[in-house]
Amino acid sequence: MTHDSKFTNQKFNLVGTRVKRPDGVDKVTGRARYGADTFAPGQLVGAILRSPHAHAKIRRIDTRRAEKLKGVKAVITSADLPDLTDGDDELYDILENCMARGRALYDGHAVAAVAALDAETAREALQLIKVDYKALPHVTDVDEAMKPGAPIIQPRVRTKDKPGKPTNIAGVATYGHGDIDAGFEQAEVIIEKSYKTEQVHQGYIEPHACLASVGPDGQGELWVTTQGPFAYRNTCATLLGMEMSQLKVTSSEIGGGFGGKTHVWAEPVALALSRKANRPVKLVMSREDVFRASGPASSTSINVKLGATRDGRIIAADAVLRYSDGAFPGIWGEIGAMAAWACYDIENVRSVGYDVIVNRPKVAAYRAPSAPMAAFAIESTVTLMAEELGIDPVEFRLRNAAREGTRASYGPTYGPIGLVPTLEAVKNHPHMRARLGKNQGRGVACGFWFNFGGQTCADLTIGADGTVTLSVGTVDVGGARASLSLIAAEELGIPYEQVRCNIADTASLGHNDMTDGSRGTFSSGMAAIFAARDAIEQLRARAAKAWDIDVQNVSWKNGRAMAKGKRKSLTLRELAEASANTGGPVSGHSQVVPDGAGVSFASHICDVEVDPETGATKVVRYTVVQDAGKAVHPDYVEGQFQGGAAQGIGWALNEEYVYGEDGRLQNAGFLDYRIPVCSDLPFIDTQILEIPNPNHPYGIRGVGETSIVPPLAAVASAVSDAAGVRMTHVPMSPPRILAAIKSSRDRQALAG
Amino acid sequence: MRYESPTSIREAVALMVGERGDAYLLAGGTDLLVRMRGEFIDPDLVVDIKRLPRMQEIRKSASGFSIGAGVPCVALARNKPLVRAWPGVVEAAQLIGSDQIQGRSTIAGNLCNASPAADSVPALVVAKAKAVVVGPGGRRRLAVERIVTGPGTTSLGKGDIVTAIVLPNPPAKSGDAYLRFIPRSEMDIAVCSAGVSLTLGARNVVKQARVALGAVARTVVLVPQAARAIVGTRLEDDALMQLAAACEAACSPIDDKRGTVAYRTEVAGVLARRAAAIAYDRARRRR
Amino acid sequence: MKGIAVSTTVNGDAVDFVCHGRETLLDVLRNHLGLIGAKEGCGTGDCGACSVMLDGQLVCSCLVLGAEVEGREIETIEGMADGDRLHPLQSRFLDHAALQCGVCTPGFLVAAKALLDRNSNPSESEIRYALAGNLCRCTGYDKIVRAVRAAAGDLRRGQKAQAKRRAAG
Repeated sequence: MTHDSKFTNQKFNLVGTRVKRPDGVDKVTGRARYGADTFAPGQLVGAILRSPHAHAKIRRIDTRRAEKLKGVKAVITSADLPDLTDGDDELYDILENCMARGRALYDGHAVAAVAALDAETAREALQLIKVDYKALPHVTDVDEAMKPGAPIIQPRVRTKDKPGKPTNIAGVATYGHGDIDAGFEQAEVIIEKSYKTEQVHQGYIEPHACLASVGPDGQGELWVTTQGPFAYRNTCATLLGMEMSQLKVTSSEIGGGFGGKTHVWAEPVALALSRKANRPVKLVMSREDVFRASGPASSTSINVKLGATRDGRIIAADAVLRYSDGAFPGIWGEIGAMAAWACYDIENVRSVGYDVIVNRPKVAAYRAPSAPMAAFAIESTVTLMAEELGIDPVEFRLRNAAREGTRASYGPTYGPIGLVPTLEAVKNHPHMRARLGKNQGRGVACGFWFNFGGQTCADLTIGADGTVTLSVGTVDVGGARASLSLIAAEELGIPYEQVRCNIADTASLGHNDMTDGSRGTFSSGMAAIFAARDAIEQLRARAAKAWDIDVQNVSWKNGRAMAKGKRKSLTLRELAEASANTGGPVSGHSQVVPDGAGVSFASHICDVEVDPETGATKVVRYTVVQDAGKAVHPDYVEGQFQGGAAQGIGWALNEEYVYGEDGRLQNAGFLDYRIPVCSDLPFIDTQILEIPNPNHPYGIRGVGETSIVPPLAAVASAVSDAAGVRMTHVPMSPPRILAAIKSSRDRQALAG
Repeated sequence: MRYESPTSIREAVALMVGERGDAYLLAGGTDLLVRMRGEFIDPDLVVDIKRLPRMQEIRKSASGFSIGAGVPCVALARNKPLVRAWPGVVEAAQLIGSDQIQGRSTIAGNLCNASPAADSVPALVVAKAKAVVVGPGGRRRLAVERIVTGPGTTSLGKGDIVTAIVLPNPPAKSGDAYLRFIPRSEMDIAVCSAGVSLTLGARNVVKQARVALGAVARTVVLVPQAARAIVGTRLEDDALMQLAAACEAACSPIDDKRGTVAYRTEVAGVLARRAAAIAYDRARRRR
Repeated sequence: MKGIAVSTTVNGDAVDFVCHGRETLLDVLRNHLGLIGAKEGCGTGDCGACSVMLDGQLVCSCLVLGAEVEGREIETIEGMADGDRLHPLQSRFLDHAALQCGVCTPGFLVAAKALLDRNSNPSESEIRYALAGNLCRCTGYDKIVRAVRAAAGDLRRGQKAQAKRRAAG
């Protein structure tokens, strides 16, 4: 019973209520401490020198003048980070990404670093470091990088399982089932279309920041903004040659991550600086550094071919998806290929994902990584097919939607899933019946995300006054402490306020995977339930001891131990107060690696207005419908829906990395990397559906990521509807929309 | 880097003239600090002119308005007579960045920063604004369009300080307007922009007009051909199309991260049409 | 390095500090005065996370030199609550779950207070444009706008009640 993860359909007292978050007051009064908000006695200021070249050989780095500057306490290059990766390619890539080793692979690649008494001295020291570069030919476009004769960026890379010549194609992955050719032969209508999406950044408001301290005894501490302190510890310790147990990593409050803080960037550099200077070093990235040298999402180039029967059945589907990985191999194209057709029940289906190396920063996860681009191409084509067949796009999707028992294109057969209910909700939503004004258009699209379980553990300790500390190892990125406290309180049968949730450092709890894959509330929620049940067992045993009866006869209800024949029950507080004399403190623990995270689906509706003379687009109405399994804290579930939609809208309309001919990033700032501002957006309506996940006691599914998947396609279909021309290139910036409108007019004039 | 905050103009000029290294004036700082941060400039001396006398004042006189070089953009909108007289100028100043930026930025600084995309400049140019320049050679008044000579460069000499922007009283039955295009609803630099001022004669026929475009050339450009296209008209569709065509012909923009040549050229004409319509409407309503 | 000695007022308290010429007010608040509520999200005035009031005017503290604030009055997020009583904006942000990661929150609160101080009953559109200089990447702004609207209502009701009390004498 204790560790049974099956859904029980219990009635909840607390789960599903909108309580105040425990970290709230600190965050509205300015007290909450983020990555850059802590200070150590004697701390130095770290700074990193970055490559101005997209691709270059580093012949020599002269650090002598910088070292002599007064106030400089350490200068490091890759020589201070020797290769300890022991043949592990992935780790070696991380090492090389942290500090260039003989070659700069993208504009912004770190080449040297300093630690000095103050920021001004550090800045001067960077100016005194002379780097002798030999510029090499570069390639930043994903399609160009795949062509024969393209500059080779990673000479050791071969296409996976295909030894041969060096290539920029780091991987090819194929998914699907059935007979594609036969399927297209049976199809009565076939649509083929090509799409492109530009590189985007997660755009978290807090830049990467850490405070590192390592002593000559090999012990160290790292305070850092991260989605995964344990992963950071393991990586940093390995790269620095430290024992894992000797490096304590504490996650600060995190000012947004969205996947971008699942990967180390400057942290090993900060540790190396600290070790060399033998003083604490604070290293904070500038916004420009964040754009140039953290981990944006892939740019893509995608071809889709869709075949259907006249009566509206998709019978064959094929997609080729090319994802840029940045300067190091990744698995982003493969994930895109897996996610591509997940919304549909198709007999003959295939997707081929390419992972392509280019001279851009190493790609990291961005909220449902790789899925939004695939969904943009596929959902756009699905809408085109519906239009071609004269079937309502929602109806067409309902006819082809994946449901329980559908074999997904990426392999598994679905259990109970929520796609059809989200589409039904969209169909019945008043938004769909609202009238559109002049120059306005509407689009709908679906989205899918796998979700993830992962290694998780939790401690639940009961204080002498009966209050509860829940320690978890998944970083709280946006309200998880409230949700997890609700879950623990629910399980124990005590008030929410009696539980305090704490995010543990790496020295205080067993390994936890990162807060990614929408796993925080799902996994730590499960661990919290099990830890609470463990504590309850102990409490029952204490009560049994006090009553001198068999523990089997003690039950736990509403926060108290009860037994037949005992008129008085024992409250948690009474048991806690007595604990010193009944066996010591009561502490529940659990560790789990839950599978069955429960796939997630959403359907979105978007209305836009397009100015036909300027191509300017305004989103005038937006609705998100998503399956949450069980919304533990509905406010924060809605918040996830709204936030993901807003990011997707920005991606669809204005966000993009702009590279010059010289391979340098031209818009490394919030002025010209245009994330949506408050006046760009309408209220974002949400509808939470709860189709319980059978593999979680409370029915919880991850909710964090899926909301970013449909918007690109939903906005694209809305813009296409308003402008009268199908948009196939994201972002649909005003110049792209105006050019499309004009070329469509020219075509019509020619035809007319 | 030295920071000085003189309290007399003479002292400010002397500081600027006396500095051997790179000296910069600080008004609102919303461009200067960004350029320092981006390592585009590395000043040896920064002279803060906000504490100079009359820098923070908007003065109304018989001949018009004088806006001190330290007046933040937000203060323009609070000055009712100025809003009534030059709504286009005030709106242009209100478009410079967020409320936070407007709390610091100044139109004198916007001018002297010498960006072709400066929001206030087309509006000032069509309003026949002048810059009051004080320097080692004394005091002079220069038409605003004579200050900027190219992206980031001005005709100002060492020690020259723009202490105020002066605006005439608007003629009777006149109106002005400024529009810019940005991809978002706020917070962007103009992709292209247009300022129009016009004066109506009998039967609401346009008697005089000035049209200026931003972000479509090395400096803000005054387009007399565009003005001629609407003089003698009541902004009939045909006149507006000719206005737009004249504007497009006057554009020589660049392709960059903010826009393409084709886009800037076409949209500049669209904005000029729309701005002219607003200015015309304002002129008709005014005595 | 020659420091510049500055005397100023922060949240009503007289403070002195010595800063370098290039240091911004944001650097000074965070690194010299220990007021970490204002955040550096961009350093270029594009995100509003460092918003403070300077002589009653909303500004980005990253675009003000530390040396400039001699004799001025600065208000930061740390001065918004009245002792242990939160400002209605702070309370409403909590009630409405108007924050997720919370790093932009101090800037939003300072900017929203500047808005409500001059406009006690802003429309949705006025709120959105007034807050356009503050970037939030988590919430899509929905719950922020609702929280500001609710706080405006609280403040208006509070003022009405106060006026009534005064009238009742």
